[in-house]
Amino acid sequence: MVTTVTSLGRSGLSDWMIQRISAWVMTAYLVFIVAYFIGNPDLSYGQWAELNSSLPMRMFSLITILSIAAHAWIGMWCVLTDYITVRLIGPKATAIRIFFQLGMIAITLLYVIWAIDILWGI
Amino acid sequence: MLNVSIYRYNPEVDSEPYMQDFKVDTQGKDVMVLDVLEKLKTEDPTLTFRRSCREGVCGSDGVNISGKNGLACITPLSEAVKGNKLVIRPLPGLPVIRDLVIDMSQFYAQYEKIQPYMINNNPAPAIERLQSPEERAKLDGLYECILCACCSTACPSFWWNPDKFIGPSGLLQAYRFLADSRDTATEERLANLDDPFSVFRCHGIMNCVQVCPKGLNPTKAIGHIRSMLIRSAT
Repeated sequence: MVTTVTSLGRSGLSDWMIQRISAWVMTAYLVFIVAYFIGNPDLSYGQWAELNSSLPMRMFSLITILSIAAHAWIGMWCVLTDYITVRLIGPKATAIRIFFQLGMIAITLLYVIWAIDILWGI
Repeated sequence: MLNVSIYRYNPEVDSEPYMQDFKVDTQGKDVMVLDVLEKLKTEDPTLTFRRSCREGVCGSDGVNISGKNGLACITPLSEAVKGNKLVIRPLPGLPVIRDLVIDMSQFYAQYEKIQPYMINNNPAPAIERLQSPEERAKLDGLYECILCACCSTACPSFWWNPDKFIGPSGLLQAYRFLADSRDTATEERLANLDDPFSVFRCHGIMNCVQVCPKGLNPTKAIGHIRSMLIRSAT
């Protein structure tokens, strides 16, 4: 058992499931948006604003944004723990890795809050 | 004449590793890569490699042959030679002790972690613990692993985290005991694997399956472990 404190769910299985479920949510959102654009070739700003200000669409967008955040966190955490390690780049690796991990978490949270502000500001 | 290029490194003499070129007369025969190494060793006794059974059972002579990990003793030249050239390097990712001999401590440490032995706290029966033919069949494709390390040293996740990721070989063995009807430590074994590294660093690229000289499928075993974790934890 390897202990980790900066992974999203602390458990490998939890991270793995979040990664898969969030991928399905993002796929569903992408399919919906593309289908919506194809189905409405003469889309006006009014229609677009109306769609995005409806509660179900806001919910769908928010769930997708949270999925992107979780997906990115898990993916980037994997990349950082693969390549920025003491084994590969020496003793400074731990400090550099924590710096990047915290930076990534901060950026992810900022984007989520900003997205909520946009969604509910329409 | 076959051109052979071999990775050489003797830390007591060489400041860094280098590739040494040889020419070998195979008399047009499709011999095994190990035969070529043996022939070269008669000419240059300092050439160092591990070998034992010479028939793909002991798993000693795992090397990187023209870019692909495999056992020198069961890899014929017809499979390994590209453009009349044979390139032999040590298995990648683990420290080199000398020439083609690597230090496999990290590989064995991961093997040890998965408790590669039967755990059964029930009183032993008078004769033996019986299995049905169906229960025994579940071990096929798992028990045949000879621990040659060809798979784990072909796995980038194992290269990056050999101290944390168990690796395809260890995980195949882990599933061998999880699948065994006589083993009673399933929950304990699963609990030891549910972290982001031990099992879940496998991203399913299947390098292990491509190189396994015994034709085993560690990726499939890892999938089974994942399914067992899902069943027990959700």
